Amino acid sequence: MTEIVMSQTPPILHGPSEKERKYDRQLRLWAASGQAALESANILLVNSGAGTVGVETLKNLVLPGIGRSAIYDDETVTEADLGVNFFLEESSLGKSRSQNLTELLLELNPEVQGSWYPNEDIKSLESLLSSPSVFTVILYTNPIKPEYLSLLESYSQKHKTPLVAIHSAGFYSYFQINLPGAFPIVDTHPDETATTDLRLLAPWPELVGFAKDLTRDIDNLSDFEHGHLPYVVILLHYLEKWKADHGGSCPSTYKEKTEFRSIVQKAARTDNAEGGEENFDEAAAAVLKTLVVPSLPSGLKEVFEYEHAEPAEQKSGFWLIADAVKKFYEKHQSLPLPGKVPDMKAQSKVYIQLQNIYKAKARQDAAEILETVQATPGGEDIDPAEVDLFCKNAAFVKLINATGGKIKRADRLKEVAAQEAVSDEMAEMTLQPLSLLPIYLALQPTAHVSSGDKISADGILEGVAKLVPGAEENERVVQAAHEVARAEGGELHNVAALVGGMVAQELIKIVTKQYIPIDNTCVFDGINSRTQVLRL
Amino acid sequence: MATDAQVFPASEPARWTYLDKIRTRPGPFTNRDLFEGKNVAENMEKMKVLVIGAGGLGCEILKNLSMSGFKDIHVIDMDTIDLSNLNRQFLFRHADVGKSKAEVAANFVMKRVKGVKITPHNCMIQDFDEDFYMQFQFVVCGLDSIEARRWINATLVNMVDEEIEDSYKPLIDGGTEGFKGQARVILPTVTSCIECQLDMHAPRAAVPLCTLASIPRQPEHCIEWAHVIAWENEKPFPKLDNDDPAHINWLYQKALLRAMEFNISGVTYSLTQGVVKNIIPAIAATNSVIAAACCNEALKIASNCAPCLGFPDNNYMMYSGNDSIYTYTFKHEKKDDCPVCGNLARELAVDPAWTLQELIDSFAARPEAQLKKPSVRAEGRTLYMQFPPSLEQQTRPNLEKKLTDLGLEQGQEIGVTDPAFATVSFKFKLKFTKKT
Ligand SMILES: [Zn+2]
Repeated sequence: MTEIVMSQTPPILHGPSEKERKYDRQLRLWAASGQAALESANILLVNSGAGTVGVETLKNLVLPGIGRSAIYDDETVTEADLGVNFFLEESSLGKSRSQNLTELLLELNPEVQGSWYPNEDIKSLESLLSSPSVFTVILYTNPIKPEYLSLLESYSQKHKTPLVAIHSAGFYSYFQINLPGAFPIVDTHPDETATTDLRLLAPWPELVGFAKDLTRDIDNLSDFEHGHLPYVVILLHYLEKWKADHGGSCPSTYKEKTEFRSIVQKAARTDNAEGGEENFDEAAAAVLKTLVVPSLPSGLKEVFEYEHAEPAEQKSGFWLIADAVKKFYEKHQSLPLPGKVPDMKAQSKVYIQLQNIYKAKARQDAAEILETVQATPGGEDIDPAEVDLFCKNAAFVKLINATGGKIKRADRLKEVAAQEAVSDEMAEMTLQPLSLLPIYLALQPTAHVSSGDKISADGILEGVAKLVPGAEENERVVQAAHEVARAEGGELHNVAALVGGMVAQELIKIVTKQYIPIDNTCVFDGINSRTQVLRL
Repeated sequence: MATDAQVFPASEPARWTYLDKIRTRPGPFTNRDLFEGKNVAENMEKMKVLVIGAGGLGCEILKNLSMSGFKDIHVIDMDTIDLSNLNRQFLFRHADVGKSKAEVAANFVMKRVKGVKITPHNCMIQDFDEDFYMQFQFVVCGLDSIEARRWINATLVNMVDEEIEDSYKPLIDGGTEGFKGQARVILPTVTSCIECQLDMHAPRAAVPLCTLASIPRQPEHCIEWAHVIAWENEKPFPKLDNDDPAHINWLYQKALLRAMEFNISGVTYSLTQGVVKNIIPAIAATNSVIAAACCNEALKIASNCAPCLGFPDNNYMMYSGNDSIYTYTFKHEKKDDCPVCGNLARELAVDPAWTLQELIDSFAARPEAQLKKPSVRAEGRTLYMQFPPSLEQQTRPNLEKKLTDLGLEQGQEIGVTDPAFATVSFKFKLKFTKKT
């Protein structure tokens, strides 16, 4: 038989294109769809201060091929720039910083378009922001002029553009992502091991029939067949027996499950050459993980319970599909089947049959949801592929920034400061690392202090007192204020590069709508080499 | 806390003004017993430092060190530039494809940053001896190979001479995979070493041969079959070259036909290449994070302007960017039975019914050993030697003998060497899993 197949016409081979080869290592992370999203993104950096962290961010976006990048920067290049910013050179001295940065960044990838401002045509940030080109994301670095910040904030509100603030001073840094509304992600890339959903407690007729056929005469199967029963089939078989002995109910408590596990383990044949059966080992190992009554995952629950801030939002593909999935869940008390079967010891043919049974059920569930979507006004044109993706990932869908701007930022900061203070008091007992909020607090008062101007630790603490009264007394805040004062607004290249890497990762996640971005502030402590994400 | 303390500027004060404010003045966390601001800039300019790897991490490390005030940097890399490097290795351009990574990277940084000298070595780390490594103040590693890491780790630990302070060479090591990575500092013989931490990087479990040969279920099984079995049987080219598209194409085609035969879907050219070359996804952003975390430690080690990882406690930072951002910075404990830096023999669970061959094969798969060409000695007797050929031939008959027939007993110590770690003898203590 092998001969016959081998003599068929070989498939047409097309190796990867030059571009696919160049981007190979990243396409393995976000695929062609992510790459396309990246290539249609248009990003603006409003650069100020020592000016490195934003540029390091752009480097990490130009390399993977972001569509367009623009830099707005008023400064001219100084000696100090050359000591911290790698994308400037001797000949840049005294010239426009935005132009020189742009030119040296664009060298990294000829496929990226870039522009710099102010230039002869567009002389101010205001006129840049009123030009017809719409930005996908805007980054700015502190210290920023207050009037620039208000221009950016109103642009961000008007165009619903994510706005990212970055501050890097000495060993300390933070960045904060302001998303224009609730930000749902479907393609969250959960760990493979987390995604197994076999529905063993609620199998559908095709699966039940398949398992029955294979185990009807289980004791008389040859050693080979017995040793190659897929563990899914083994578990279904012994679950049936268990149910017969337990009034129709499945093992539910931990004790029952371990009892069930030893029943499965003991059913393995040991009088064979190997002295055991791998497939039964796999089955026993899967008992605790797979015999779980499904509950609604927290991410999806948040989606189901979300109240739309504005009616327009409701009409997007994501929300239409989410509504249909919710209806499906209410009707069936289960989510659409993802349809993936993990690898397990089995004969090829049997495994493929099993795989097809799961795939068919997944397709059926997705078709039901698609039908609901299409029956909803506005849902006629939804791409079935979008529905499929949602169904495959339903358990891992995530909503970022769900509470949006419902609480005023100033109040939230006080609230979080109180929480962090409490958890710091317990830190010795809980063995949790100490809060990095003091770093964020100490950087805040310098958000608009230009790099040349010194600000003392006392000056910083006065600023902290205005944000969170009482925090200026906290010893760790005092230390952080001194550390910030030591930098005098200057950047360390390493810290800028490190945070530039993190911000770039986050922007890639936001632009590709893959993986899960932070919600919403990340603080980095370069003295202890660690981060903390806070919702501020 | 004297934030008004004096700044001691470097040779070009205006250029390094931001850096000097930090590295020459103490902050609230600076250890005053170790720190002397006055000499920092000058000392750092004189330090000779070594970078291993000029790839994704290496390019970033060279940039970061030269932007941190180091002026005498050596870099070792034997690789040449490939098109697939250009999405992250930002010191290379399309026209550089095929040239030496070490040389192109060194030249680029020297051209960009005035006053820095970078000496490239287009060769393997194993080409140098201890005298070479002794000249550096510390080593920063950006490698994708666990073997090379273990070799340099063992070499640096071995170089420690308690009498000579200058023989302690800190090793700063970074690694990435996709959105994840880690940065760690190893102070040889003081902190846990790479060998102590080996089980944190367990090798991927191999697919059993019988699955490949007779019951494939996944596209990867078909590709491995083409790679391991079909290639050996048919030898379409004299030697498999993973970088030759014609070779990958041949494997792809074989794998695809096998997948069709078994109704398995999902074999693609890209997957074939990924499986055969064991490709790890890599992006600029993660390299930027990890390389900078390493160089941040380098600056702290060189200047003492802030405490570094490894001293006194935490020595390891794990980073993950898949789901939000999560870092875990902790102390990885030194192991007394570490074959490189410990002095106790490590327990080794073995079945006494095994043959010596089975014992030797097991070393490759054990997360705590990962030795591919082990030679074994016990109580001064050579049980099996891989090299030289004459000794191999002489000891080969032992491979078929059972451990107990070779006189090995419960609790016995054996010594294992491997050509990948010339200087190290791994000590193991046998622990029988069954009664003899
Ligand atoms: Zn060790």
